[in-house]
Amino acid sequence: MHAPDGFLEPGVAVATALIALVAIAAGLRVAGRELGDRQIPLAGIAAAFIFAAQMFNFPVAAGTTGHLLGGALAAVLLGPWVGMLVVSVVVVVQALLFADGGLTALGYNVLNMAVVTAFGGWAMFRLARRFLPRSASGVVGASALAAGVSVVLSAAAFSIEWLFGASAPVPFDTVFGAMVGVHVLIGIGEAVLTGLVVGAVMASRPDLVSGAADLSAGERAERGRVGMKPFVIGGVLATIAFATVVSQFAVDNPDGLEKVAIDQGFIDTAQDHAFGSFIFADYATSGVGNETLSLAIAGLFGAAVTLAVGFGLFSASRSGRRSSGAAA
Amino acid sequence: MSGAHSHGSTVGSLVVGGDSPVHRLAPEAKVVALVVLVFTVAVTPRTAVWAFGVYASLIIAVAVMARVPARVLLSRLSVLTPFVIFAVLIPFVAGGETTDVWGLSLSVEGLWAMWNILAKASIGATASIVLSSTTTVPDVLAALTRLKVPRVLVSIVAFMLRYLDLLVQQLGRMRTSMVARCHDPRWLWQVKPIASSAGALFVRSYERGERIHQAMLARGYTGAMPDLDQRSATAADWVRAMVVPMAAVVTLVAVVVR
Repeated sequence: MHAPDGFLEPGVAVATALIALVAIAAGLRVAGRELGDRQIPLAGIAAAFIFAAQMFNFPVAAGTTGHLLGGALAAVLLGPWVGMLVVSVVVVVQALLFADGGLTALGYNVLNMAVVTAFGGWAMFRLARRFLPRSASGVVGASALAAGVSVVLSAAAFSIEWLFGASAPVPFDTVFGAMVGVHVLIGIGEAVLTGLVVGAVMASRPDLVSGAADLSAGERAERGRVGMKPFVIGGVLATIAFATVVSQFAVDNPDGLEKVAIDQGFIDTAQDHAFGSFIFADYATSGVGNETLSLAIAGLFGAAVTLAVGFGLFSASRSGRRSSGAAA
Repeated sequence: MSGAHSHGSTVGSLVVGGDSPVHRLAPEAKVVALVVLVFTVAVTPRTAVWAFGVYASLIIAVAVMARVPARVLLSRLSVLTPFVIFAVLIPFVAGGETTDVWGLSLSVEGLWAMWNILAKASIGATASIVLSSTTTVPDVLAALTRLKVPRVLVSIVAFMLRYLDLLVQQLGRMRTSMVARCHDPRWLWQVKPIASSAGALFVRSYERGERIHQAMLARGYTGAMPDLDQRSATAADWVRAMVVPMAAVVTLVAVVVR
C-alpha cells in the first residue's frame, strides 16, 4: 500500500497532496482543541503503536502479505481527527526515514492510508453502532466492521486515483479488480485484528476507547459471549459475496490484451471525446471496451468513498461538538 | 503472522558511518535538498533515459561520499519489493502495442511504465535512505522545527520515534513469552493471542506515556523540546546541500528544452 515515487502521474500527486494537506490542516485545528499538552505524548505513543503494528505482516493469499493499516483502529481509539493525524505522521515518517513509500507519493499515500481509512472507518463505525447493541461487544463488532470496510475503501480510493493518473496502460477494471480483491482479504485480517485489539483495550481501560465514550460504565462492562466461530464464518461469507460481485465485474469486461485491435481504432475516435482524454488518464480507460460503463462504475465508487468519508467527517464534527459541550 | 516488516531495523541504528561531509551538513538543508531532488526526478519524462542515468550517478556519488555501505543501502531498498513485483507484471497485463522480448509478447507502453516506476522509485528511495543514514533522529526533528512544520506534528513525530524501539522490544518480549508457552500460530484464526497482546501493549504504552508525561512536566516540559543544537544552516551549508538537487534541476531543464 505504500506506493513509491512515480507510481501515479505528477498531476494526481499534486492534487492528492493538496487534499491531504487540507485534511491535516483541518485535523490540526480540530485536534488542537481536543489535544491538550497531555494528549500529544499519548498521540505520539499511539503513532508508535500503529507503526509497530504495521511491521507485522500476515499472509493473505499466494505470496501476498498484508499488514495492519491501522486507520480505523486509530479512529476508534483516538477519535477520527487525532486518528487521522497519527496515521498521517506514521506514513510521512515511513517515507522520510525508511524509504517506505515515496516522498512525491505522500499525497496519495496519506489520503488513502490515513484520511480515507480514518474517516471511512469512522463512518462505518458510527453506522454499525446504530444497529449493534450498546455494549462492549457492540463497540468491538463495530470496530471490526469499520476496519474491514476501511481497507476496501482505501483500495477503491487508490483505484480511482489510478483512473485519473495511471502511469501504466493497465485498465481501471484490472487495477480495481486486483486491488479490491486482494484488499477484501486483507480487510478480513484488519477486521479480526482491530476487533481483538479494541476488545482487549475495552476489557482493561474502556475509558481509553474514544468510540465508546458515549457508553455508561454498566454498558461498557456488558460483554456478550460471542465466540470466534460466528465471527470467522460471517467474515468468510461476506468475502465470498464480495468476491463474487468483484470477479463478475472483472470477467464481464474484456481483457486489455484481447482488445488491442479495437483499441487502436477506439483511441483515435476518443481523441475528440474531450471528457475521456482530458479528465482521466488515457491509460486507465483505454483497455475498456465500454467507456461509459467504466466511468459509471468509477463514479459510483468515487461517490461511495466520498460519501463514507463525508459521513465520517460529519459525525466526527458532531460528536466532537457534543463531547466538548458535555465537558463544558 | 510471523516475520518483521521489511523496515525492521530500529530507529536508533539508522545512521551508519561516523563522519563525512554529508553527515556534517545542516539537517534542514539536507531535507530541503532531498525534497527538491525527489520532485525533480518525479516530474522527469520517462523517455529521457539518460536523465535518470544522471540522477542515479548523482545520488550514488552522494552515497559514496557519505560512506553508506552498499549492503546497508540494498537491504533498506528491499521495502520496494512489492512494487517491483507489481512493476514487472505491468508489461504482461497492459494493453497497447506489443513487442517480442525473448519470445514473450509484452506491451511497449507497459515496459515504459515498468521502467518509469522502477527508475523513479529506486532513485527516490535511495535518496531517502542516504538522508536517514547520515542524519540522526534529533537532527531530523530539529530540521522539521526549523522548516516551520507545525509544533504538534513535530511533537507527535518526536514521541513516536522515541517510543518506537521501546514498543518493538516490548512486543518482542511478549512474543517470546508466548512462544515459551507453546504459542505457534499458523493460521489467521489463531491470531487472537497476538491481537490481545497488541491490545495489552496499547494499554501499557498509554499508561507509560501518562507517567512519562507527568515526569516531563515535573522537569519543566513546556510542550516543545528545547533545540539544544543551535547550529542552524549557514549559507555555505545551503550551497553545498543544493549542489546535487540543482544539478538534477539543470538536467531536467536540459530534457525539457531539447
